[in-house]
Amino acid sequence: MSSMLAQPWILAQPWILAEADPARIWTWVFVGLTFALYLYIGWRSRVRETRGFYVAGQGVPAIANGAATAADWMSAASFISMAGLISFTGSDGSVYLMGWTGGYVLLALLLAPYLRKFGHYTVPDFIGARYYSETARVVAAMCAIFVSLTYVAGQMKGVGVVFSRFLEVELWLGVVIGMGIVAFFAGLGGMKGITWTQVVQYFVLIVAFLIPSIAISSMLTGDPVPQKGFVFSDISERLNAVLLELGEQEYTRPFGKFSQLNVFCITAALMFGTAGLPHVIVRFYTVKNVRAARYSAVWAILFIAVLYTTAPALGMFARYNLIKNLHQSKVTQIELRTGDGPRSFIQVADQSATQRAAAFEAVQRAEEENRRAETDTSIPITSITYYLTSPDGKPLNWATQWQKTGLLKVEDLDQDGSINLQLTDRETADGKRVKRSELAKIDKDIIVLSTPEVAGLPPWVIALVAAGGLAAALSTAAGLLLVISSSLAHDLYIRFVEPEASEAKKVKVGRIAILLGILVAGYFGINPPGFVGEVVAFAFGLAAASFFPVIFLGIFSTRVNRAGAVTGMLVGLVFTMTYIILCTADKVLPFLFDAPILTSDQWLFGISPQGIGTLGMLFNFVVTWVISMCTQPPPQDVVELVDRIRLPGEAGSAVDH
Amino acid sequence: MNESSKKRYWRANLKVVVILLAIWFVVAYGLSIFFVESMNQIAVGQLGLGFWMAQQGSIFVFVLLVLIYAWLMDSLDRRYNVND
Repeated sequence: MSSMLAQPWILAQPWILAEADPARIWTWVFVGLTFALYLYIGWRSRVRETRGFYVAGQGVPAIANGAATAADWMSAASFISMAGLISFTGSDGSVYLMGWTGGYVLLALLLAPYLRKFGHYTVPDFIGARYYSETARVVAAMCAIFVSLTYVAGQMKGVGVVFSRFLEVELWLGVVIGMGIVAFFAGLGGMKGITWTQVVQYFVLIVAFLIPSIAISSMLTGDPVPQKGFVFSDISERLNAVLLELGEQEYTRPFGKFSQLNVFCITAALMFGTAGLPHVIVRFYTVKNVRAARYSAVWAILFIAVLYTTAPALGMFARYNLIKNLHQSKVTQIELRTGDGPRSFIQVADQSATQRAAAFEAVQRAEEENRRAETDTSIPITSITYYLTSPDGKPLNWATQWQKTGLLKVEDLDQDGSINLQLTDRETADGKRVKRSELAKIDKDIIVLSTPEVAGLPPWVIALVAAGGLAAALSTAAGLLLVISSSLAHDLYIRFVEPEASEAKKVKVGRIAILLGILVAGYFGINPPGFVGEVVAFAFGLAAASFFPVIFLGIFSTRVNRAGAVTGMLVGLVFTMTYIILCTADKVLPFLFDAPILTSDQWLFGISPQGIGTLGMLFNFVVTWVISMCTQPPPQDVVELVDRIRLPGEAGSAVDH
Repeated sequence: MNESSKKRYWRANLKVVVILLAIWFVVAYGLSIFFVESMNQIAVGQLGLGFWMAQQGSIFVFVLLVLIYAWLMDSLDRRYNVND
């Protein structure tokens, strides 16, 4: 996918439709109101001690912690990208649905209650104590920082997409505004500020997701409950029929996008990664006791399920609706545009062939002049925007606007004045023949964000969805930044540099660490390594390969020891990371590589980089176990620690150390 | 609490976890991935059972599993008197 940054000048241009767009005014109002609310809560819950800063004083009620966990967990990827990913993946989209919810069962049954009983602040705390090793703690802190940074980059990209599309702010500025808000409530209130903000953010995002879903479900299936319309209406048959007609695969047929092995591997990587994500685990430290940790997991998965059972329905409806609107839509106008600023040149033509040819020629001339005037010829040249009306005569304004962000691209290849989604054999510029339709590109992130417009809902709904997307991105970013901060400040700095620091100093170091995290995350947000869902999927793979096995074995085995855990974590993390970098070199290191080092036909056993975490996790398990068996068993006090966390009751509050 | 009842509590705890995770595995991997194609021969509303399980049904089951776990552990805690 070419990044939006390839055409930053498009975003900088004032849009032609700008004068009458009530959705934009509503968006400013909604985003302004919700941001003010987040700031207010952050200010109200500002804290002065580390216990409040890292675990919210451990007095958060189970249901509130459930809502906060759900918001923490449901990221920009869940909100903005997932339904779109499913929409274009069809049946195999289940990897995201099951992967991101099934892991919750593992977390609730295998980790959360025991880690709460353990009662310290962070995941590296647990690993450091259980494996009686500062090395293990450092490795865990590094893993936590790395996983969280990968993940937070995806959130920032999501923030950028929302800002650039709905508020026409440039991507980098959108990222900066988003980061500023998070810096405020996370830096001031720590975990306490984050928790209560996340509770509010959950309600913003779930309402924003449900309203358009209900509307589009009523429209297409006559049933306002999307979950029911999905199962009982004939929409799946209609969609399958339309797709077959266009030469595509049936929506409900499995293993079209991924092989069965990859569906298995990706699902497992997402599940075990979910259970190993430090920012989600740490949420269970904030409740009163073990029982509250169990019930807070119940609330969390219930809150999550509201969105996750709606998403597959929305994905299916949106695909159908998109085809119905775009297929055989009429081209009413073509706008050609070249250059930037004072030298920009715009030419508009209707669909007639002569006008169009003249317009292309005029733009080419302008382009030539620009080239001569400009020493830097790297500026992107021409963009073509098609103004479309749907087959039943509605103007498709959303399609125009998305084309201008560069996330949607249509081309009237046969110049017949209509856009045809039929897959057809066509000749490319370099003489190869490929099957393609006149929909050249559609970014998955468009699906959710454009649903209200495509369904013709009032402008305030569009604004609400924008605010919901921001809530999803910011709530997750805040949770992740707290993990980065606690790893840097609590697990590394305070531990090794200044163990004698006063309480005030500790909180100050924590705040500085959050700001550092924000700067790095902001950089990755502006230079994203791939689209939102993909980036996040990698973070899960890394978490699965590094954390899950050592935490799980640390609780369920008394025999696993330091040497095993440290090597296991390193093997899992290094293997998975190396494989991902090899397969996505062009995306993660674009300044070094133009192509992936391993292409998809060279994948190890055909496993995609999204699913490789499963293999990394198996390696981690095997290495941890084998090395533990060959070395000394852990000392007696560690065995006693394990015995203690297996039993609820006497759940201590976090102990300062 | 003495050592032997601690051991019994832990064993009962493990039994709950193993049974619930067995259901989890069958639903998530069995019905929704390994045997999805044969499951699709059975209809749920207008959809195949495999497709529905993979995209929606499994999530309902997951919610139930976490809820049942909390209930079972509650009763276990009461029996061994480890409530806090």
